Amino acid sequence: MARPAPDSAPLDPALDAMAGDARVLPLAPARRGAAARRFLVRNPTLGAGALCLLLMAAGAVGAGLLGTRDPQAMRPVTRLRTPSAEHWFGTDHYGRDVYSRTLYGGRISLVVGSAVAVISLTLGTGIGLVSGYFRRLDAVVMRIMDGVMAIPGILLALALMALVRASLQSVIVALVIPEIPRTVRLVRASVLSLRELVMVEGARAVGAGTPRILLRYILPALVAPLIVQGTYIGASAMLVEAYLSFLGVGTPPHIPSWGNIMAEGRAYVQLAFWIILFPGLFLAVTVLAINMIGDGLRDLLKVR
Amino acid sequence: MGVVALFVFALLRLTPGDPAAIIAGDYATPQDIARIRAALGLDRPLLVQIGIWLGQLLRGDLGTSIFSGLPVTTLIKQRLEPTVALTILAMLLAVITAVPLGVLAAWRQGSWVDRVVMGLAVSGFSMPVFWLGFLLVYLFSVWLGLLPVQGYTPLSAGFVPFLRHLALPALTLSLVFMALIARMTRASMMGVLGEDYIRTAFAKGLAPWSVLTRHALKSASLPIVTIIGVGFALLIGGAVVTESVFALPGIGRLSVDAILRRDYPVIQGVILVVSGVYVLLNLVVDLLYVLLDPRIRY
Repeated sequence: MARPAPDSAPLDPALDAMAGDARVLPLAPARRGAAARRFLVRNPTLGAGALCLLLMAAGAVGAGLLGTRDPQAMRPVTRLRTPSAEHWFGTDHYGRDVYSRTLYGGRISLVVGSAVAVISLTLGTGIGLVSGYFRRLDAVVMRIMDGVMAIPGILLALALMALVRASLQSVIVALVIPEIPRTVRLVRASVLSLRELVMVEGARAVGAGTPRILLRYILPALVAPLIVQGTYIGASAMLVEAYLSFLGVGTPPHIPSWGNIMAEGRAYVQLAFWIILFPGLFLAVTVLAINMIGDGLRDLLKVR
Repeated sequence: MGVVALFVFALLRLTPGDPAAIIAGDYATPQDIARIRAALGLDRPLLVQIGIWLGQLLRGDLGTSIFSGLPVTTLIKQRLEPTVALTILAMLLAVITAVPLGVLAAWRQGSWVDRVVMGLAVSGFSMPVFWLGFLLVYLFSVWLGLLPVQGYTPLSAGFVPFLRHLALPALTLSLVFMALIARMTRASMMGVLGEDYIRTAFAKGLAPWSVLTRHALKSASLPIVTIIGVGFALLIGGAVVTESVFALPGIGRLSVDAILRRDYPVIQGVILVVSGVYVLLNLVVDLLYVLLDPRIRY
């Protein structure tokens, strides 16, 4: 390394501002490592959150490599065992290994979280852009959004799940719908102010079409707040998925997710607390990590 | 509210899946299904159905439960007390603890107090409500044996048993809300504490406590009150889950049971009533602005 890592030593403010964005430093690899470290020291929340999330994702993706067994294999002989060297997180009422189920369950929960975040951001942004730009459409769309927003999210997701056969896709849809209005409002509010900018007026004057103005001039200004919004949506989606499963209308039991592992364990809570403890801990840590990333990004990107 | 009513109706009727077939079960004959459909009025044209439903709504009639045969309004009234008690208790608990903590964190910004409070706040709304509930049950009821595990005693059976049964659910439910309010209080207070008049107040030697509450908190209260109104949605969602954990016979349980039994009139009714309360609460919040900020007039 070129020089000792400056842990918290105050540097030149101009350098500080540059180090805030690691990409602007055209440095040799060794110095880039130092820059990355400095970046993490300056944004501890973001760094810790990203590290935790990365660990969780690695556990979920590499579940097959981490000493797990078949998460669905039932062995009635070893039912409700306390955590031990053989079963790190104990076993459930069918003798299934809770450690394996928790790691595999992470896949579903992480997929649900990211899918809901991406889909609701995409749909919300699309609707928000169009509705913010066309006044007449705006009135109708916003009334509908107000209507959806007046219904508490979990209740709406519950009711939606009552209408369809429980599957992973239906859970994702039921979680996306309550999230859309908030994104729409965020995007619309920004569009309303951005469309009055001289830049947009200029673009129109040189003959840029509406789609071009929306996508090339207005959308880029929205990227930062949308990323932050996306992390919060993903975090809350993972929690609500667990709630739905817990109440018996979420992810079907043949797909282990953190939510339905806990749902199955609730009948045995006094006998085998570990069935609920470990998936819940994983879920809490993951959601915490995502929220920390969100907070970190918000401070870094100076959103609001 | 009209939009909500129409939306709820559209949601439940226009989605694929025939309620009559679901109610009749897997072994019903086509005749059975047709009979149920006729009894529910589902065989009439959609516009007529909407008309009938809105007409009933205006008369305060939410229809009749398919499962129990009782009017939905009666069912809701029966289940109202636990939910109202739970949410009010949780809200009080959250406001009483979170506002002072948020003020403290903003005042001692960057100190360890601030970091601990904000760390707790982020953790607070990262934890699954029911998981937290089970942890608390395990700690207070199973391990320490201090409080009852589950169940509910109405207020009429005495205040102390009532409170003992609600203590854990209310604590469970309030933690998320606490986190939300603490963060909002801190953010709002930090904006105000930078103002000149606060520095003046400190400079003329007023007690910090007086400056914080009398001068700063008063101007910072608008966003806090707003978040309390908006957070009600969160509270209701949490109540649905909490009631399930603690076996409280409230609105949340009613709606979950209705959903599991596909009891559409009850689902519609509960969503409408809850959304109505939510809208009304936010209206109250809007009106409170006038009291809190003399510059706002309606």
